[in-house]
Amino acid sequence: MLTQLEQIEKAALDALKNVQDEASLEQWRIAHLGRSAPLMQVFDQLGKLSKEERPLIGRRANEVKRGLDNALAEQSEAMRQAALARTLTAERLDVTLPGRPIGRGRLHPSTQILRQIYRIFADMGFQIYRSREVESDEYNFEMLNIPAHHPARDMWDTFHTTAPGVLLRTHTSPGQIHVMREYYPQPIRVILPGMCFRYEQISARKETQFNQVEGLAVGHHITFGDLKGTLSDFARRMFGEQVRTRFRTSYFPFTEPSAEMDVECFLCGGKGCGVCSGTGWLEILGCGMVHPTVLRNGGYDPLKFSGFAFGMGPERIAMLRYKIEDIRYFWANDVRFLEQF
Amino acid sequence: MKVPISWLRDFVDITLPLDELAHRLTMAGLEVEEMTLVGLSIPSGPLGADGRGSLDTKISGLSWEADKIVVAAVSEVMPHPNADRLVLCKLYDGEREHIVLTGAPNLQHLKGTGPLPQPLKVPYARLGARIYDGHQPGQVLTTLKPAKIRGIESYSMICSEKELGISEEHDGIIILDDEAPVGLPLADYIGDAVFDIAILPSTARTASILGVAREVAAITGQPLRLMPGFFSYSAEGPSIEGKASIQITTPELNPRFVLGLIQDLKIGPSPYWMQRRLKLAGMRPINNLVDITNYVMLEIGQPLHAFDYDVLVQRAGGKAPTIITRTAEAGERLTTLDGVERTLNDFSVLVCDTAGALSIAGVMGGAESEVSDQTRNILLEGAAWNYINTRRTMGAQKLQSEAAYRFSRGVHPAMAERGVRRGLELMRLLGGGAICQGLVDHYPLPASDPKITLTPAEVERLLGVPVPVEQIVKILESLEFACQVTQTPEGASILVQTPDHRLDIGNDLIGKADLIEEIARIYGYDRIPETRMADALPPQRNNPSLEREERVRDLLVEMGLTEIVSYRLTHPDREARRVAPGTPPEDKPYLYLANPMASDRNVLRHSLLSSVLEAVERNIRLRPRLALFEIGPVFMSSEEGTLPDEMQRLAIVMTGERDLAGWQKADTEPMDFYDLKGVLEGLLSGMHLSALRIEAVEHPSFHPGKCARLWIGGQPLGVFGELHPLVSERYDFPAGAVLAAELDLTSLLALAPERYEMSSVPAFPPVLEDLAVVVDEIVPADRVAELIRQAGGRTVTEVRLFDVYRSEQLGTEKKSLAYSLAYQAPDRTLTDKDVAQVRQKIIRRLEQETGAKLRS
Ligand SMILES: [Zn+2]
Repeated sequence: MLTQLEQIEKAALDALKNVQDEASLEQWRIAHLGRSAPLMQVFDQLGKLSKEERPLIGRRANEVKRGLDNALAEQSEAMRQAALARTLTAERLDVTLPGRPIGRGRLHPSTQILRQIYRIFADMGFQIYRSREVESDEYNFEMLNIPAHHPARDMWDTFHTTAPGVLLRTHTSPGQIHVMREYYPQPIRVILPGMCFRYEQISARKETQFNQVEGLAVGHHITFGDLKGTLSDFARRMFGEQVRTRFRTSYFPFTEPSAEMDVECFLCGGKGCGVCSGTGWLEILGCGMVHPTVLRNGGYDPLKFSGFAFGMGPERIAMLRYKIEDIRYFWANDVRFLEQF
Repeated sequence: MKVPISWLRDFVDITLPLDELAHRLTMAGLEVEEMTLVGLSIPSGPLGADGRGSLDTKISGLSWEADKIVVAAVSEVMPHPNADRLVLCKLYDGEREHIVLTGAPNLQHLKGTGPLPQPLKVPYARLGARIYDGHQPGQVLTTLKPAKIRGIESYSMICSEKELGISEEHDGIIILDDEAPVGLPLADYIGDAVFDIAILPSTARTASILGVAREVAAITGQPLRLMPGFFSYSAEGPSIEGKASIQITTPELNPRFVLGLIQDLKIGPSPYWMQRRLKLAGMRPINNLVDITNYVMLEIGQPLHAFDYDVLVQRAGGKAPTIITRTAEAGERLTTLDGVERTLNDFSVLVCDTAGALSIAGVMGGAESEVSDQTRNILLEGAAWNYINTRRTMGAQKLQSEAAYRFSRGVHPAMAERGVRRGLELMRLLGGGAICQGLVDHYPLPASDPKITLTPAEVERLLGVPVPVEQIVKILESLEFACQVTQTPEGASILVQTPDHRLDIGNDLIGKADLIEEIARIYGYDRIPETRMADALPPQRNNPSLEREERVRDLLVEMGLTEIVSYRLTHPDREARRVAPGTPPEDKPYLYLANPMASDRNVLRHSLLSSVLEAVERNIRLRPRLALFEIGPVFMSSEEGTLPDEMQRLAIVMTGERDLAGWQKADTEPMDFYDLKGVLEGLLSGMHLSALRIEAVEHPSFHPGKCARLWIGGQPLGVFGELHPLVSERYDFPAGAVLAAELDLTSLLALAPERYEMSSVPAFPPVLEDLAVVVDEIVPADRVAELIRQAGGRTVTEVRLFDVYRSEQLGTEKKSLAYSLAYQAPDRTLTDKDVAQVRQKIIRRLEQETGAKLRS
């Protein structure tokens, strides 16, 4: 009997060596561990054995069964591993193929720059105030210390409408009067963004419409030094922490003293390049202390209040930032332009 | 304003290198746009403490090399053996004698006349000199090389103005004054540089050499060199009394009028130094008389006008002429110097005599009284005109002149007399003649030069930096303000008298601001320290309309749409394309531009839909899929003469494939109505807007069966749908649906709730179940969904349509709608029994209300 068990075990293990797939493994199991397998017949015959032989043979039979069970489990696991390895190899991708395109939406570059300007000034306590795009001559010019026929009017080529005294605002400055009249007598810190219009021949540098962000601070102790500090802070955040600014004397009818703020050319580091016309400086914005007449027109007593104002062009900033060489891209709505932002 | 440095030096010493001077002028408000070198050189290398001053100004032109371009003397002009047009000059350059070949026409008359009695001084360029090529248009640099011209060796050159960059003239060589020192580098003799300075409306006083010199003096701390007697003249003729008189009818428009008379003037060319200065300043020399009026205008800023005195006497019937200034009669005509007959406006001022109009005041002379080569006696006018009125006349007549340029920016009346004096004296010096004693001077409206009280505290208040009283006084005095300091218990106070050459300083409070600007710019903006505002923050406010608008932008971008921005200006015909042909036009009138820049953009837009459709037109052949939106105003005129209503709109347009094609098989189905509707639903849910209603409507822009109006509560928010095929045709779109929407953004944003509440995430799992019902075709899907929600109550937490099915089996005019439902309770897991109850309720309700049959 013991010899028979040895033979059963050896035959089963030998057979298992040739098993390579799930089906033959199942066949092997049926043949060697199934109901009618020789080993099972040994168990069936245990009852017929003598009291002395029974425990001996029984123990040995159980040993053989455990051995075959384990061998089966091992083989099964080995085959599973091999199969997995085959699958993983077969499923290898060309990771260099392009990804599936996502139809990503984009904000217009002007919106993106405007938002950046909003954020920087918001941090300095400036809030946003918007006003209308079609304005009266009174708000666009006269209230801003630009009387009819004044030579300063040459600074703004204006689109007039056929309605008398109604024009397309040439700057966001009329908003200064609107906001002062609304907020008086509180101090003011606002920026006034929006579309403006100029009667210009459209070219790579000039457009008939463009955004402007005006700023206005009115308070009891606001100085030219504050103007310089605020706008230099803005420039450092917008163009780089190392960037230097300078203020040149200029003229605007609604500010006095008036200045032009230049930012050190961030493209060439001030060495001079094509973008800064070799000067090392980029003209970024006009600014100045609010003219007493304008403060008065807004309802504020120039003896008690002072303030500063400034105006800048987000498209010009975008053009410098992204090296956009033609301003006509902005409103042409060509997706090949818009998709780049 | 072109300012030759040599001329500037008449009035002030230049103590700074030219590029640094240009930088300092620019910083002080006289922007030097360009520096053109005409012989002088500038030191290379960095300037100023920051090492960057040298880069401020665009520098162009030619530096004459000291060792290669010198003064030389021509002692004999000899014929060329092989060429009639050429001559050979025997020339000494301070080192040795040369034979120099030239074709200059202004030497031809000396050809073969033997040794010259007086050698001619000329600019001479040696071998290797860099000059401009005289035979090429514009300024092309060339280096002198040896050549053989008609058999004669040539290696150097006598120069024309063009070759040296003085002017475009190449008709002859320059003949220098006799005293020019032979061998001296030419740059040291007549080397120059020209600053081109941008004149701001506030710096009209600097539209003259003297005006710029004053600024240079103030900036560099040098004294202004205005010789005593600069404006005096020596009058040896008879008295002017009885020879001319003046009548001013409107002093507000003509505050002063001055006349001087010079007799027996000889008209001829002006000397080379004057011609050269005029050319460098951008004017063309004509003759001494015209040149002097221009020269005085450039030098001190006062335009002059010269009348032929004899013509005026003739017009007055042999009597002494009377000059009358008055506004034009309506429709009055005058032929100006430029040969144009002009109809004048009734606000324009004319200078007339008893026989009629002579000139448009301050703008342009009339043709009739123009001086000629025969003119002997000159009546010289120096006047002051109201600058606003002058500008108005310029605009109305579309007429520009150097005189009008200055008068329209404001010239102080005090300059009128100075101009006449300077002009008469120069005429006497350069044209001979005798100046009549005295001037006829009518000054009915004397200038009141503001007197302003200013304190250092006021300066500090505005600038944020303390400027000591002594320094304030020094700055103001350098600009010729007279200052009187008094000490008061509150501190020093300065009484400032404005000088009589500028009109840009106001009175009182405005005058203070004007003075503070003068102080700041001379003190130096760069010396005012940067500070952060010390004032308390003003009340902080939100801007809900902008914030919500930005949220809409973000939501649409999240859903894959790209923002565009279009022109506000359009044309009614462009916008008419957005509706099917034959549709009645927009009921509201457009707001028209009075001066459109382009004929196809002459009104403010009425439609944002039109804007986005134009964007599709531009891009549709570039991309297989477009999804764009724009946010912006449309402009509807209200009443005549009042401002239009600006209504903020949102327009969306989508067309093409649903998904972008990659290298794999993509969902290249075209987008349809429901893609657009999905975006709108996403937008509205993102804004937490509820109580929406979608109503099928017809609209002239859209397909009659694929168009809907969006309502929230009782408020219509706009129309969306598939573009009408006839509209697509008008835009030349290729076949395929174009989906578009135009919404009233202002109302949409106003309806968006400020707050919303979250509902708790259920703790117990839902029972999911599908429910398919067959209804008549006419029953809208959202009606069925609404009934399910109503009948299901709070237990039905989700109703999602997942299939719409039609077949013959169902019968015509029938459709099957399949919904996936979620049943849920907040406090327990629902049993089959619970669900069955609710389901029955739903089915009953659908049967009652819509005749729906459960589909098995
Ligand atoms: Zn640069």
